Amino acid sequence: MTQLAQSSGKQTGHIEISQVHIHLGEGSDRFEALQNVTIDVAPGEFVCILGPSGCGKSTLLGALAGHLHQSRGTIQVDSASVAKPHPDRGLVFQHHTLFPWKSVLNNVAFGLKMQGVPRKERLQRAKDLLNLVGLAGFENRFPSQLSGGMQQRVEIARVLINHPSVMLMDEPFGALDAQTRLMMQQLLLEVWARIRTTIVFITHDIDEALFLADRILVMSPRPGRIIEEIALDFPRPRQTDIMTSAHFTELKRHCLALLHPDSNHEPLPRLTPLGSPPVTRMQFAV
Amino acid sequence: MSALASSVAVVDDVKLPAKRQFNPGKIAIRLLSLAVCVLIWHWASTARVNLGIVAFQNVPTPVDVFHAAWELLHSSVIVSHLKASISRVITGFLAAALAGIALGVLIGRYRVFENTLLPPLEVLRPIPAVAWIPLAILMFPSSEMSMIYITFTGALFPILLNTIHGVEAVDPRLIASARSLGATRTALLLEVVLPAATPGIFTGLTIGMGTAWFCLVTAEMISGQFGIGYYTWMSYTIQNYAEIIVGMLLIGVLGMASSALVRQIGNLLMPWYTLQRKKS
Repeated sequence: MTQLAQSSGKQTGHIEISQVHIHLGEGSDRFEALQNVTIDVAPGEFVCILGPSGCGKSTLLGALAGHLHQSRGTIQVDSASVAKPHPDRGLVFQHHTLFPWKSVLNNVAFGLKMQGVPRKERLQRAKDLLNLVGLAGFENRFPSQLSGGMQQRVEIARVLINHPSVMLMDEPFGALDAQTRLMMQQLLLEVWARIRTTIVFITHDIDEALFLADRILVMSPRPGRIIEEIALDFPRPRQTDIMTSAHFTELKRHCLALLHPDSNHEPLPRLTPLGSPPVTRMQFAV
Repeated sequence: MSALASSVAVVDDVKLPAKRQFNPGKIAIRLLSLAVCVLIWHWASTARVNLGIVAFQNVPTPVDVFHAAWELLHSSVIVSHLKASISRVITGFLAAALAGIALGVLIGRYRVFENTLLPPLEVLRPIPAVAWIPLAILMFPSSEMSMIYITFTGALFPILLNTIHGVEAVDPRLIASARSLGATRTALLLEVVLPAATPGIFTGLTIGMGTAWFCLVTAEMISGQFGIGYYTWMSYTIQNYAEIIVGMLLIGVLGMASSALVRQIGNLLMPWYTLQRKKS
């Protein structure tokens, strides 16, 4: 608990992205996924990046995590260049990446194990964090024994145990049903109120972006550019009733117009924080 | 903290897999199938069926084989035969497991080793155990070692290929996540790649255990005075046809049992994998 309190005090997680271009693919398949993106995110800010499928918003997240590299421009977190993945920049995928062979508790404790924290201490801290995300009693289950929403909660707990200054979330609730998604959004806001980190949250769900963020950055279709910035002043803690307010509806209409200028547009294949298209090595028959 | 947790309802739609049910009907059908095979064998051998391309005139009947087996089981040599064969298979298999898993992880994980180690191994792979006999005799000073070597080559390739496949099939997202959580190169290998490849490795070990027995007769043709393969081969040279089949069946049963044993060990080590499979 003391560990959790500590992290809320520090003023880290300042993201500076300056004139970043990212190219993906090899040879003739090479294309520009991101074009001249400049973003500044304040410590502790909740930013949603909203854009159509395949626009490169996940690519940006992958570069922030350190899994992809920009072809031009600079990406800095707290004045240090991002070169490779680091536990200070936690990444949450759309589909959970929990280790299926580890129990829920050991999954959450993984980051501490990597730091060399003694077993007893790391399991206790993992347990505290599981309580925080409402999963007390599920410590000894395997990930495959949990529902999709619960798996994402474990995933979030596993990232938070490292006290990251930045949490990068790639459509983390995109694969969940509508009811579970709303529940997870509320949970995320409650957890974020306790453990203050900078959050960059990727989504193509307008309601989700409006409900969660301090600020929304809207991206264009490929090559991705920031075409609009919307500051949100809904008071926190937020309740679901803001979603029916006139102001919310007005903003939603505005976002819809930005995202779907012409409805005949063919949706692009989804990109991931690890690049695209997925490169598979040749397999030989066994 | 607990207040926060309680504000979000826990949806407990967790499905625990049902225990595998004991199904007497299924077992009965399987036993019946075996019995029918023995009956067909009995009929073919007693009626001395001759189909032109294959003849059963010299094939011993199940009863003859049963008598020969009974005799072997009550003789003192059976223990020596079993001991010799089992120790050869185990030694060859363990060496193959060690080499196969180590090489498989290197080849599957690092391009450098894929380019340098895989080509020679691919050339060696199709060479059958029998073809190794002369060279094995020349290479190893003791015939015991050459026999172990032949069971080793039999078991090596299934283990190697399944390990490579298992390592290459590791979800890149799991590796990315582990790196984002602070895993070093060594930790990645031990904490992510190896456990993720374990189901593949155990598939290889199960098949490899089978092929080790498969190569046993070949190996024991080399020399020796003991071993099931030796017993089988000797029975042929002294025209004791019923005993050939006793030897064959013994190898079959032992191979099947040891493969099942390896699979069981795998299931015990990977409860998570058994759960996943039952779910899907």
